Amino acid sequence: MKIVIVDYGSGNLRSVQRSFERAGFPSEITRDPNIVAEASHLVVPGVGAFSDCMDNLEKLGLLEPIRDFIQAEKPYLGICLGLQILFSEGTEFGAKPGLGILPGQVVRFPKTDLKVPHMGWNQIRIQQETPLLKNIPNGSYFYFVHSYYGAPKEKNCIATTTDYGVSFPSAVAQGRLFACQFHPEKSQALGRKLLENFAKL
Amino acid sequence: MLAKRIIPCLDVKGGRVVKGVSFVNLKDAGDPVEVAKIYEAQGADELCFLDITASSDEREILLDIVRHTADEVSMPVTVGGGVRKVEDVQMLLSAGADKVAINTAAITRPEFVKEASRQFGSSTIVVAIDAKRVSGKPGHWEIYTHGGRNATGIDAVDWAAKMEAYGAGEILLTSMDQDGQTTGYDLELTRSVCERIHIPVIASGGVGMLEHLYEGLTTGKADAALAASIFHYQTYSIHAAKAYLAARGVPVRL
Repeated sequence: MKIVIVDYGSGNLRSVQRSFERAGFPSEITRDPNIVAEASHLVVPGVGAFSDCMDNLEKLGLLEPIRDFIQAEKPYLGICLGLQILFSEGTEFGAKPGLGILPGQVVRFPKTDLKVPHMGWNQIRIQQETPLLKNIPNGSYFYFVHSYYGAPKEKNCIATTTDYGVSFPSAVAQGRLFACQFHPEKSQALGRKLLENFAKL
Repeated sequence: MLAKRIIPCLDVKGGRVVKGVSFVNLKDAGDPVEVAKIYEAQGADELCFLDITASSDEREILLDIVRHTADEVSMPVTVGGGVRKVEDVQMLLSAGADKVAINTAAITRPEFVKEASRQFGSSTIVVAIDAKRVSGKPGHWEIYTHGGRNATGIDAVDWAAKMEAYGAGEILLTSMDQDGQTTGYDLELTRSVCERIHIPVIASGGVGMLEHLYEGLTTGKADAALAASIFHYQTYSIHAAKAYLAARGVPVRL
């Protein structure tokens, strides 16, 4: 088993690595496309803007290895931007194509009285059974920090939803691909549970 | 539903927690990393470190604390104190801070907030505001710099709005009148800022009992409640504070 965390300059990935470690699983942080190709489990974390993320992945030659990995139906975990880039198109700082694994757009929260970014602990509503959510109760709190979310065209990939003015997809699942808008590495014990579930895929 | 956050704050000086912490079963009550672990076990939603030394030669000590804390806890950590330039923000984020609080430097050069939020994202940039009531002018607060030593003549509510426009992702709002008084937040100040801006506000300064947390999150309309001494001295555990808030109908993560 080889858990690989993709580093594309999106800041500190140590917390993701350390959370896996605390859950009992070693992992490697890399920006080397060859190591990505060798992974048994791939994690794409990230905070920041959609377009910067896609640009950096492209510059580092990581887009194709990530796409190949997902298309080979190996276990993929996307966190925050790692979820958003799965969609066909981002809209932050203008339209920008994503990986296109999931048809749909990444959109900003509609203007309401609610504050954006959506920052803090919010609950997930489980919409479909997935091994990643094993032993994680419906209504559990996870840590979020984002202004955009992925809106899939096909609703059957939605694993969880979360209410924040709108009910938005907070996690998606498709085969052995799983991606969450929240941060398991910042979500204490339940976050570690999710990472453990992923490592056991 | 989005939970209201309870944030214990640790004042750190020369790498040690100041304000005597009296945790039992703690080998070293002055070690910020050990205290952080206790707070996580008690269910803290976030953690805040304020470096009150903030001299550049001690920066490495702070970075080391941030690194160790990020290794040991799985929750967001905000670090503030002496953050003056983009490189300071960069170093703290690289060490594992999730958010960096900027105070005096935002007033000295507001463009700094713009630059930092553009480079690292709004959600990583907190602007800390130390506000004090203007005597003889009810409903007006003035901001202070350098840990509350220097008056600026700038209106606190206007300043919060300006910082939002400059890209701040959150406001850490401390009432200097209330800080250390244990008589509760300045609710009027908190509410005035919360009603003016559209980014989250952390209320700070004055908590002496659980009722004060409740007031800050309801009457004050704050998104998060920060407190130091009631948690340090174990007057209440964070879990007890949250259970109290939940019983009074405040959405919290238990």
